[in-house]
Amino acid sequence: MKEYKLREYVGLDEVHGPLIIIRNVHNVGYNEMVEVVDEQENVRLGMILEAGKGYAVVQVLGGTTGLSLNNSRIRFTEKPLLIGVSEEMLGRVFNGLGQPMDSLPAISYEDQLDVNGMAINPTARVYPKNNIETGISSIDIMNTLVRGQKLPIFSGSGLPHDMVAAQITRQARVKGESFCIIFAAMGVKYDTARFFIDSFEQSGVLERVAIFLSLADSPSIERILTPRMALTLAEHLAFKKNIHVLVIMTDMSNYCEALRELSSVRGEIPARKGYPGYLYSDLASLYERAGLIKDINGSITQIPILTMANDDITHPIPDLTGYITEGQIVQDRELNGKGIYPPIAVLPSLSRLMKDNIGKNKTREDHPSVASQLFASYARVKDVRALASIIGEEDLSEVDQMYLKFGDLFEQRFLKQDYYERRTFQEGLDLGWDILSILPQDELIRMKEEELKKYYKKNTAK
Amino acid sequence: MPELAGKIFRINGPVVEIEDISSIRMFDMVKVGEQALIGEVVKLSEGRAFIQVYEDTTSLKAGDPVYTEGVALYVELGPGLLANIYDGIQRPLEEIQKKEGFFIRRGISVPALDRNKKWDFHPLSQQGQQIKEGQIIGEINETLLIKHKIMIPPGINGTLKWIIPEGNYSIDEKIAIVEQNNSETEIFMYQRWPVRKRRPYKEKIPVREPLITGQRVIDTLFPVAKGGCVAVPGPFGAGKTVVQHQLAKWSNAEIVIFIGCGERGNEMTDVLLSFPKLIDPHTKRPLLERTVLIANTSNMPVAAREASIYTGITIAEYYRDMGYNVALMADSTSRWAEALRELSGRLEEMPLEEGFPAYLSARLAEFYERAGKVNTLSGNTGSVSVVASVSPPGGDFSEPVTSHTKRFIRCFWALDKDLAYSRHFPSISWIDSYSEYVDDLKEWWHQNIDHSWFELRGVIMDLLGREQRLLQVVKLVGPDVLPQSQKLILEICSIFKNAFLQQSAFDETDEFSSARKQFLMLKSIIYFYRKCEDIIKKGISIEDVRNLPVYQDIIRMRSRYSEDNLSELENLTNKIDQDIKNWELK
Repeated sequence: MKEYKLREYVGLDEVHGPLIIIRNVHNVGYNEMVEVVDEQENVRLGMILEAGKGYAVVQVLGGTTGLSLNNSRIRFTEKPLLIGVSEEMLGRVFNGLGQPMDSLPAISYEDQLDVNGMAINPTARVYPKNNIETGISSIDIMNTLVRGQKLPIFSGSGLPHDMVAAQITRQARVKGESFCIIFAAMGVKYDTARFFIDSFEQSGVLERVAIFLSLADSPSIERILTPRMALTLAEHLAFKKNIHVLVIMTDMSNYCEALRELSSVRGEIPARKGYPGYLYSDLASLYERAGLIKDINGSITQIPILTMANDDITHPIPDLTGYITEGQIVQDRELNGKGIYPPIAVLPSLSRLMKDNIGKNKTREDHPSVASQLFASYARVKDVRALASIIGEEDLSEVDQMYLKFGDLFEQRFLKQDYYERRTFQEGLDLGWDILSILPQDELIRMKEEELKKYYKKNTAK
Repeated sequence: MPELAGKIFRINGPVVEIEDISSIRMFDMVKVGEQALIGEVVKLSEGRAFIQVYEDTTSLKAGDPVYTEGVALYVELGPGLLANIYDGIQRPLEEIQKKEGFFIRRGISVPALDRNKKWDFHPLSQQGQQIKEGQIIGEINETLLIKHKIMIPPGINGTLKWIIPEGNYSIDEKIAIVEQNNSETEIFMYQRWPVRKRRPYKEKIPVREPLITGQRVIDTLFPVAKGGCVAVPGPFGAGKTVVQHQLAKWSNAEIVIFIGCGERGNEMTDVLLSFPKLIDPHTKRPLLERTVLIANTSNMPVAAREASIYTGITIAEYYRDMGYNVALMADSTSRWAEALRELSGRLEEMPLEEGFPAYLSARLAEFYERAGKVNTLSGNTGSVSVVASVSPPGGDFSEPVTSHTKRFIRCFWALDKDLAYSRHFPSISWIDSYSEYVDDLKEWWHQNIDHSWFELRGVIMDLLGREQRLLQVVKLVGPDVLPQSQKLILEICSIFKNAFLQQSAFDETDEFSSARKQFLMLKSIIYFYRKCEDIIKKGISIEDVRNLPVYQDIIRMRSRYSEDNLSELENLTNKIDQDIKNWELK
């Protein structure tokens, strides 16, 4: 398949975890791709991690099982790691290294691109300005998703983050415009991947989905490449083919663990919890590959999913992710326990791009105030509940009792919705007003006076 | 002319080791490999030099040549800086886009300042005059807002042998000649300055004037002086960037340098797109005309991120030397420290806390010490204020970057996660924040606004402190057991938080408050408190206080009274009197 003239060396000097050291080699370029061939003529890809005078350190992506010192060969491609990209890749399934896994005909590639991509010049970016109606009120009304945004889902094991992502994908389709989905699975179980594939099939979009699977049983080191493969294809489709691309990456925690593993065999100085000091820069090199570019009609929207170890949002992975992404959707175990789906904890959730994309001419003029008031009132509910657990509900003041009622309604009617229920912005905002209207008007100080006149209804929610 | 400095021995990420070195010195700028990637010498050891490369090092090979020009990493200082956007090593991003397209390729060399643009130079000195370093010999209208002063570079003193007459010139044209000890030095409209060295000044002077930011919680409770240093730490989502943007928009500095250091690309785009449309409330001109942007986003090379802070502060010092008050916003210094950590790790230095190098605090100190108010060499006064955001991992303020930063700043705006969760913005905590500038700035407020400022500020700080203790009680037993006078404190603090401390960045009336408006709002709330304190003794309940008509005026005063009708706000005390009289009559 690959036809370039390659220099080939026989024999390795050291094999150590996923790393190979070879000596007496020359003219080796840093970060370039190599092919490692074992006794059975199996070819694995590798990358030059360190290049020095007369030696090179190679990271083998397919794992080092079965490599021997004397009979393995190594070929230098003198190119950075490239991936073939094509619109034909939609509807196909690939492994974590971008090789087709299905038995369909070979793909004719339109281009070969460096998987590391290049930084978008900030002056060439367009500020995202089209919101996406996901049909989920806790996202639409309180943490609006915007096309070109990177909005991760912070979740925990056992929480329905896959369902939420699948529901967003199903409901957020923009009619009439060219769209596609790229799904990258890193270290997740086959069941999870199957769930997504079934869900794509069910909503009839499978033809428009490219799937990259690096499942739990494939070498962990491969996962470092999988999201880069997916994003390189996304960039090609979005910026060359003018397609709106939604990239779902799950689970980023597994990606970071692969990175930590690699860092530790390289003997690097760890920063927090054993993760390398460059985890932030590394994650940024993935997340920043979302957005829009001037004069180009396509876009990349990212929904990375990550499970937080012990539900700890201060763990380095969610922490650094939150510092890079434009907000986060946080799932909550307590809500899940109450049977509320989607269990989105609205208070710690955030959409940074929401401010410029809601309100008059975008959604509805009262949207900013409704969102702000719901946040403020629900935050108060948390305080009142804490107080009620100490002094009892009966001893609460009248207003506080109203807050308790508001809180229950908010969770049961506003947050809770069916897996197949699709609420418009309009419906979500009206529902917000219904629920807010059980609070006295004086409590709604985030609302503008004219909005209160127009929308405030007394006791419509029961 | 570039000469061969050595050959690559080893490549390890952004750090490249070279051997066979010729006479290169520490911090010399070098060009690495065939693509001439820009780098800087950061370590010399056993006949080898370690280069920190400011661009991606993919495909470099052992044996590739490295060239040096024998100068330290510098920036170009001259007209054309304003309204421009640069990367961490002062390459103009807009020019790069014109030349190279949407993505930033490696090894691009574009001059920082436009060589073709003609500037209207107006000389201010005459031939034969004795001149000294830093002296202003001419000026240019760089933008309609800012006059760019052409200064004699530091280190040059002598007689002005020749100066070009008024006219249009590009920056490459010689505009003056200075004769010094029988040797002649040519002067241009721009000068070069090494970024890691502070620009000289005559002396530092005390700070006495506030940097008015238009943000009430800042100006009234935790003010910063022109020439002061502030740290803004907060976990993600707490609103650091919005605070930085608000300051860049509304502060009354004459020049704003905004450094996006390892942050999001879209945020810089937001600044780029919104600043030309925003009108400065003080000068009525687009804000971009006074702004220099430095964008080294998180996915751009990490070594250039380390340099971006120095590039920014050097440009800030240059405008300070012209006699301007400059505000520098750095978002975020934690990303800068992380770049330092990554490079230190690649240099195989001994790590300390959390992997940071031992010189972290020395570097921070050096950086913050470059802020301040000074008498410049030309005899003007100018200042550089630094507002640096800090992104502590997990929101833990005891981590090394936050705790070291605290030693070198005098003002601390701690952002609070819980405030942000309830969308109380700016989410600056009134409990954890502090400002050591209050005493220095007292006089200014008293002379320019009102003599009771310090006292009223003290009253509200005291109330907020008492509220904190009362809330502990309320948490245990509920608010009903509190006596009316204590309930009033809770009520007043709640009013203060909603009506004063919260400020919407998206409401035209509310986004900027003048010092006068801030004071009147503060005064009204305290006046209301004192009046209520009196009538509470006469038996009014908190419910009744809430039902006074004026209550709604107070609670909504931030958006109800615009800057144009402050007299109405002044009238609020009369309204309070009136309402209370009416209640008493009932």
